[in-house]
Amino acid sequence: MGLTHYLVLAAAMFLVGMAGVVIRRNSLIMLMSIEIMLCAVNVVFAAYSRMHGDLSGHVFVLMNFAVAAAEAAIGLAILVEIYRLRRTVNVDELKTLME
Amino acid sequence: METALRWIVLVPLCGAAANGLLVRHLPRRAAGLLACGTVAVSFALSVRVFMRLLALEPAERLLTDTLATWLAMGKLSIDIGFTIDPLGAVMALVVSGVGLLIHIYSLGYMARDEGFTRFFAYLNLFIFAMLMLVLGENLVMLFVGWEGVGLCSYLLISFWFNDEANAAAGKKAFIVNRIGDFGFLLGMLVIGTTLLPHMSPGEGVFSFGTMAAHAPLLAPAATLIGLLLFFGATGKSAQIPLYIWLPDAMAGPTPVSALIHAATMVTAGVYMIARLHFIYVLTPTALLVVAIVGAVTALYAATIALTQNDIKKVLAYSTVSQLGYMMLACGVGAFTAGIFHLMTHAFFKALLFLGSGSVIHAMSNEQDMRLMGGLRRRMPLTWPTFMVGTVALAGIFPFAGFFSKDEILWRAFDGGGIWLWLLGFLGAGLTAFYMMRLVSLTFFGTNRASEAVKHHIHESPATMTVPLVILAVLSLTGGWIGIPHFMGGANHFERWLEPVFHPEVVVADAQGGLGTVQAIEQGALGETAAAVAIGAHVVRDATGSAHHVGAEVMEWTLASASLAWALLGLCLGWWVYGKRQAIAARLQSLAGGLPYRVLLNKYYVDEAYEATLVKPGYALSEKVLWKSVDVGLIDGLLVNGSAIAVAVVSSILRLFQNGMLRFYVYVFSTGVLAFILYFTLSA
Repeated sequence: MGLTHYLVLAAAMFLVGMAGVVIRRNSLIMLMSIEIMLCAVNVVFAAYSRMHGDLSGHVFVLMNFAVAAAEAAIGLAILVEIYRLRRTVNVDELKTLME
Repeated sequence: METALRWIVLVPLCGAAANGLLVRHLPRRAAGLLACGTVAVSFALSVRVFMRLLALEPAERLLTDTLATWLAMGKLSIDIGFTIDPLGAVMALVVSGVGLLIHIYSLGYMARDEGFTRFFAYLNLFIFAMLMLVLGENLVMLFVGWEGVGLCSYLLISFWFNDEANAAAGKKAFIVNRIGDFGFLLGMLVIGTTLLPHMSPGEGVFSFGTMAAHAPLLAPAATLIGLLLFFGATGKSAQIPLYIWLPDAMAGPTPVSALIHAATMVTAGVYMIARLHFIYVLTPTALLVVAIVGAVTALYAATIALTQNDIKKVLAYSTVSQLGYMMLACGVGAFTAGIFHLMTHAFFKALLFLGSGSVIHAMSNEQDMRLMGGLRRRMPLTWPTFMVGTVALAGIFPFAGFFSKDEILWRAFDGGGIWLWLLGFLGAGLTAFYMMRLVSLTFFGTNRASEAVKHHIHESPATMTVPLVILAVLSLTGGWIGIPHFMGGANHFERWLEPVFHPEVVVADAQGGLGTVQAIEQGALGETAAAVAIGAHVVRDATGSAHHVGAEVMEWTLASASLAWALLGLCLGWWVYGKRQAIAARLQSLAGGLPYRVLLNKYYVDEAYEATLVKPGYALSEKVLWKSVDVGLIDGLLVNGSAIAVAVVSSILRLFQNGMLRFYVYVFSTGVLAFILYFTLSA
């Protein structure tokens, strides 16, 4: 397995994630899709790190995990609050800024 | 330093502030006393400063009081300061002295008016501004006072602002004066730009002393400066073509007419020209214009005064006419004579206005002389004092007007030529005639008022009659300080003002009787260009000619002629309007009544202004400025246009802000994709 495989996998994951964010209306699913995109990036970091024999890529992966975890925590908290308030997590119905 | 100067000016301001701020809380008596008291303080201080000047050597009679530097930018420096010299002393005494009498008179005249306190606040403010005008150390201070008196004039003309006509008269005065002030400002600007390059820092460019010292530098622009400043003076001093506001200004309370529109403010133009005589003597052209405008105004206004029926309007046109005499004097270089007439005129015209106020008071606010008559017996104090004023104004020996007006006519004849003299001479006879007409219609004959009014006729209270008596005494004796040489007098007045107008003469005298003219010309040739020589020429004309051999005969002749002419005018006026009313009617219908109608309608000048300036002005404002520029350009294109443009752009941009999160992401990712594709393909 060469580098190309990893990169193709990462591109595929990223596209899946992006499609999820664009297409789905459930904000929970959208959050999960963002996680998939972040993971795609992680895969790329790890692959390059391995190829160059350099650990700095791994450091970024760890940083990414941390940021993703924090984001998920905050994002979920916000979503729970929104659900309590509006009884929905459908982003198309959450347009208060416009109205 | 003479710190009394600042208090002369500022004390009336304190009175104005107190009365103005406490207008609802001050009892009438306190307000009146406060107003009179502050002016009395100013008058007392003026007398003190005058005494101090008198004690000094003639050439050193100049006191200053500098409060602060107002402005200092590079070479431009303007001080807040006051100065007094013999000319300023005369003006300060006239303003505060006559002002005090009129304040006291107002106590009685305005006693029952609702706006009593407000009136005195304005009046004090006026005295402050007028004193600032005459005592200001530089042209800018003078201008501040100049505008201040204009403002007070406006406030007081429309004092009874509930009446539409009064408000309109105030506006007219204000606007016409602003037109003149435009000329004044331009003149100041030319002085500033001409002198500024030659200034050293801290040297006040508009200070009268500095300007006089650098007068030769002004010579190239002197004609322009002189004409522009004179245009300002025609506004304030009601000369052709800007005299039209003064007769309308009679809408104000009568003490205001006496103080502002006869004795003080309207003479500001004459004072300004006298104050800046060192510029005017450099420019024969501007002087000639001043003289011609003055002489023409003197005769012109006198002819209008012949037919007016409103007692105050006659006096108003008479004021315009007398101001013309003062301008005529300045125009022929006889500044002393102009200021002399300014002073005596302040006495007798204030007296006449206050007398007419007393009459109006007695007649229950009736001002039409056709409805008066026979007041002689009912008003035993007003009647003789009014007669004194009339005789003084007509120029009968030995009343004040004789000496000052005769001096002007003689100087006009000597320095200006026979035509200028003739204009003034004709006007003098008319003055006597219309004044006697006024007296005849008011005080002689039978009373033509309604029964209700007749019943109320009474002499005015003492607050009003005492100033009348004092002014009458001044009108009689005021001229005696200027008895000319040919009558055996010493002409103290001219001697007093000599250091101001002819400083060279004083210097020459001090050097032990050098030939005056010679000394001036030598100095002129030694120092500067021909400009000063011209100035010296005028100075020689104004002073030297009095000593010509044979001139005395001429002076006697002219004086006798004008005295006879004035007496003839008085007699005719009394005969026509006092004795034979039928002749008056026949005079009216002379030549189909056309001359009478023309005069009655003041030569239709107001109508001409209306047709040539006001109507086109309205049309321009309405069609072009309002409907095209304001509505079309500003409202339409600029205000609404920019609003519409923003609305259009925002309606497009609004499409992108729909709150749809997925749409944002879609746009965002499409954009990223486009970037990636672009860079990939271009690489």
